[in-house]
Amino acid sequence: MSDRDAGHEAGTRRPEMRVRPTGPIVPPTNIQSNALAVVIAIMAFLACLTLGGVSMVRATAASWQSQISREITIQIKPDDNLDMNAALSKARELALSFVGTRTGQIMDEDATARLLEPWLGPDLDIKELPVPRLVVITIDEQNPPDFDAMRSILKENIPQATLDDHRTWVDRLVSMAQTTVMIGLSIMGLVFGAMILTVVFATRGALSGNRHIVEVLHFVGAEASFVGKEFQKHFLKISLKGSAAGSFAAAMVFAGLSYWQSRSLATPENDQAAALFGTFSVGYGGYLGIFATMLIIALLTTVTARLTVMRTIHEIDQIRSDPARTDILPD
Amino acid sequence: MGSEILRDLTFDIPKRSFQFLTGPSGAGKTTLLRLLFMSLKPTRGQIRSFDRDIATIPTPELPMLRRRIGIVFQDFRLLDHLTTYENVALPLRVRGKDESSYRTDVLELLKWVGLGERINVLPAVLSGGEKQRAAIARALIDRPELLLADEPTGNVDPPMARRLLNLFLELNRLGTAVVIATHDLALMDQVEARRMILTEGRLDIYE
Repeated sequence: MSDRDAGHEAGTRRPEMRVRPTGPIVPPTNIQSNALAVVIAIMAFLACLTLGGVSMVRATAASWQSQISREITIQIKPDDNLDMNAALSKARELALSFVGTRTGQIMDEDATARLLEPWLGPDLDIKELPVPRLVVITIDEQNPPDFDAMRSILKENIPQATLDDHRTWVDRLVSMAQTTVMIGLSIMGLVFGAMILTVVFATRGALSGNRHIVEVLHFVGAEASFVGKEFQKHFLKISLKGSAAGSFAAAMVFAGLSYWQSRSLATPENDQAAALFGTFSVGYGGYLGIFATMLIIALLTTVTARLTVMRTIHEIDQIRSDPARTDILPD
Repeated sequence: MGSEILRDLTFDIPKRSFQFLTGPSGAGKTTLLRLLFMSLKPTRGQIRSFDRDIATIPTPELPMLRRRIGIVFQDFRLLDHLTTYENVALPLRVRGKDESSYRTDVLELLKWVGLGERINVLPAVLSGGEKQRAAIARALIDRPELLLADEPTGNVDPPMARRLLNLFLELNRLGTAVVIATHDLALMDQVEARRMILTEGRLDIYE
């Protein structure tokens, strides 16, 4: 048989209609669900950014505290009758005799000159000035020495010596760090609160356009749990898509900043940023938090969708017992 | 509470019976159908459906009872994102049946109502009459014990109305009790059937 004959033969018989693959009961995409995905992505991005920011501030505040409280300083004022070098060695020896001290370092004349350089200029001859000298003692933070006992022994042996345990500074820094962290946590609370409300209302908004679907399913004999499950599935997909995009973007921002910081070590820009924000790395904990936030948002959307659908069904059934409420019935 | 829409009605719908429910617009036909479909409870009086008092049926049991009733809404209520085939198959799908188990039945019914060539078409593309037939097919697909149809021939020309009527009669012959709400006198004249006439909330029955 020639090709033409075969074509003619096929043309005489009407082909059997084929059914398209069955589509989902809830329409896969519409304007509301796309808008919801965008809202979820934005809220996830902001929430993750805040979360990462707060964890960064906490880490920085903790490092300030530990760095400053790791050292104490003994200051010895010059005196005509005092052999400064002997007094410095004596002070170090006395301090190191206490349990809880680790190392002691005498600031030599060059180091002292460098400390004063910003005020007195580079050509300073330290010997010409009655400049106090310092001994820096590092201490064991977990098991600090008895500062009062150390102070009185120093006073007895070297009357010109004073001990500065940086308590005032540490206290101020601790309260500043705590305030910063509290502010961060409050902002995070507000952002999370806004995120929850936005996600809940956006989900309900997206669902309001689907009321007729809930109604038809209910009237053709679908059980409430079936309808709930269909919508839950649909909204889980949307929210996972949105929150994954937002969280991924936030994680990328932190990864990008951390990369920039590691590439530009010791540049003025980086030093300034590091002084303000600390290091940009949020660590595994931060990324885990971002992942948890993504899951929370997805769960929140899904639960809201289910509850809203269940309430819609309840309302439809409610009309049964309250005939005055026929306002939402179709004609 | 507003004024009573229906009062002092006493009637039954026997198994395998066929009846028209008629009356002027606003007489309460749709309300009566809603009561029969259990989407409304009577404020007083008693309605028994499948040997149960509908006022005392717990909400979670309603879907199971509604599965025994097919309903054709006046406004069709087809889902716009599903094809004709999917809309008609919906009652079976929500019952958790596998698609392969009902595909042939749905395609046969669609051919029977004259929509064999329109199975993959979305409702937006269907004409009023075609939507009407798809809505009827959806109500019939699970062989309900009772079929309630609200103005099922309201959107079609007389020959199509006749065809749809034959469809209901055929279904009735297969054992379904049918209630057709209509005010189309010409349609009712074509069949010797019980007529339930609603006027100002009262019901007169002509056997």
